[in-house]
Amino acid sequence: MPVLRWIRRNLVVIAGLLTLAYMILPNIVVMVFSFNKPKGRFNYAWQQFSLDAWKDPCGVADLCGSLSLSLQIAFWATLGATALGTMIAFALVRYRFRARGAINSLIFLPMAMPEVVMAASLLTLFLNMGAELGFWTVLIAHIMFCLSFVVTAVKARVMSMDPRLEEAARDLYAGPVQTFLRVTLPIAAPGIAAGALLAFALSFDDFIITNFNAGSTVTFPMFVWGSAQRGTPVQINVIGTAMFVLAVLMVLVGQLIASRRKSNARN
Amino acid sequence: MSLTEAPPAPPADPREPVLRKPSTRKRLVPYWLLLPGILWLVVFFALPLVYQASTSVQTGSLEQGFEVTWHFQTYVDALREYYPQFIRSLLYAGTATILCLLLGYPLAYLIAFKAGRWRNLVLVLVIAPFFTSFLIRTLAWKTILADGGAVVDVLNTLHVLDVTSWLGWTESNRVLATPMAVVCGLTYNFLPFMILPLYTSLERIDGRLHEAAGDLYATPATTFRKVTFPLSMPGVVSGTLLTFIPASGDYVNAELLGSTDTKMVGSVIQSQFLRVLDYPTAAALSFILMAIVLLAVTVYIRRSGTEDLV
Repeated sequence: MPVLRWIRRNLVVIAGLLTLAYMILPNIVVMVFSFNKPKGRFNYAWQQFSLDAWKDPCGVADLCGSLSLSLQIAFWATLGATALGTMIAFALVRYRFRARGAINSLIFLPMAMPEVVMAASLLTLFLNMGAELGFWTVLIAHIMFCLSFVVTAVKARVMSMDPRLEEAARDLYAGPVQTFLRVTLPIAAPGIAAGALLAFALSFDDFIITNFNAGSTVTFPMFVWGSAQRGTPVQINVIGTAMFVLAVLMVLVGQLIASRRKSNARN
Repeated sequence: MSLTEAPPAPPADPREPVLRKPSTRKRLVPYWLLLPGILWLVVFFALPLVYQASTSVQTGSLEQGFEVTWHFQTYVDALREYYPQFIRSLLYAGTATILCLLLGYPLAYLIAFKAGRWRNLVLVLVIAPFFTSFLIRTLAWKTILADGGAVVDVLNTLHVLDVTSWLGWTESNRVLATPMAVVCGLTYNFLPFMILPLYTSLERIDGRLHEAAGDLYATPATTFRKVTFPLSMPGVVSGTLLTFIPASGDYVNAELLGSTDTKMVGSVIQSQFLRVLDYPTAAALSFILMAIVLLAVTVYIRRSGTEDLV
């Protein structure tokens, strides 16, 4: 049977594409259902095509407020975690110092811990300190769990850097500050950018730790969680779809620019 | 010439620190670099664990306050009452991890060796779902697995549901609100965390090794078993860890796609902490979960022999 033979030969490709379909399917459903006009409060069954939600994405109380709050928290958390994480990464790669093993495990442990454990223990601390739960406690928590991921991303890049480039800069009479700003930082930039992107994504999408430590503050994931109990407005799907399309566009444009630059450099 | 492009080949060990004349000021540099970040982790990660440990052995009530009484009975009671949720969590997370490996490996392999010029596109498609909030995507599974929906109909016609119901994974002709839905959601949510490390370690494999294996009369299956798979072990280990650890503490999938019979230990910790306000029990449960996961991770890393993960 030629068909069977073809299937056997391309088994890996077929299995891989099936997995890909499994991963993409929910996104397609989210997209399609952003054009739905559901009958009841829940947007789970298809009724009829409508552009209502797209015309009025902020038409649900608190939705856009929670979105902007999530963006703010993600922005500051990214800034904080990237700054602190980059410093740690440089120290770990470039210097010898005592207590290295302990510091390495302190950075690894948050990544090897179920989120709910960190969430619960941090809440214990805040309750004991009598801290008021809200924006600041969420921000503190987000910087904490993003930090390790930034360190890992930046460390990988700094490790693969050639120290001779910096030596060369110093030989050419660049001062330490100049060397750092004009040689070290540009080379480390892709690693720092990757770490920052990861931190932003993790913070923006975090639910478990935020849910424990937010008090009555509502971030976007918490809004979605709440709406799963009360009724899911179509606008959630609109925002999900918009973010998806925007991000994919950004990646594609970035790829395009990168490949342009590469071909320019070659010529 | 821009320095960001085409750096020269790195020397034998780029980690070798440049020798500097040690002055006191310079010797303190690493400590200043480490201080803020490490302080953050100590205060907001390590210290909370200590607080939690102390909370777990306290007794008292919300009105009168809690006091440390070294009441270890809390642990025994918590385990006795909630062991089904613990077992369920480990079972679901374990199943999801194995499914992620089985589903993710072919895709990672496809990206690394077969995709050719489509490689970047497929990689973007793997990462792209991340850009929509995972809660929204998890809710989409409610639509996909809905009663009387296409998926349930197909599974019903193929009599798959008869088998899974007999195994206790689904109930009669429902998928939603059953263990299968929860495992399906967990698998879906953590697949990228499996695929990316797998891809990274597969991509590093020298293609000439495959040719060499072929030249030595290895069948494709043997090549995979003896060359490709062993070389991808670091990816397998970190992928399974990145899947199992978050899955074991997850309660989002169990709450959104499951029923009261599929509650995982994360749900219990959450409701004890935020609704019942029984802090000692919640702290004890969370500590037990942490201990189980750390123990499992340590044993697993030791046995798989890749300790250079960190």
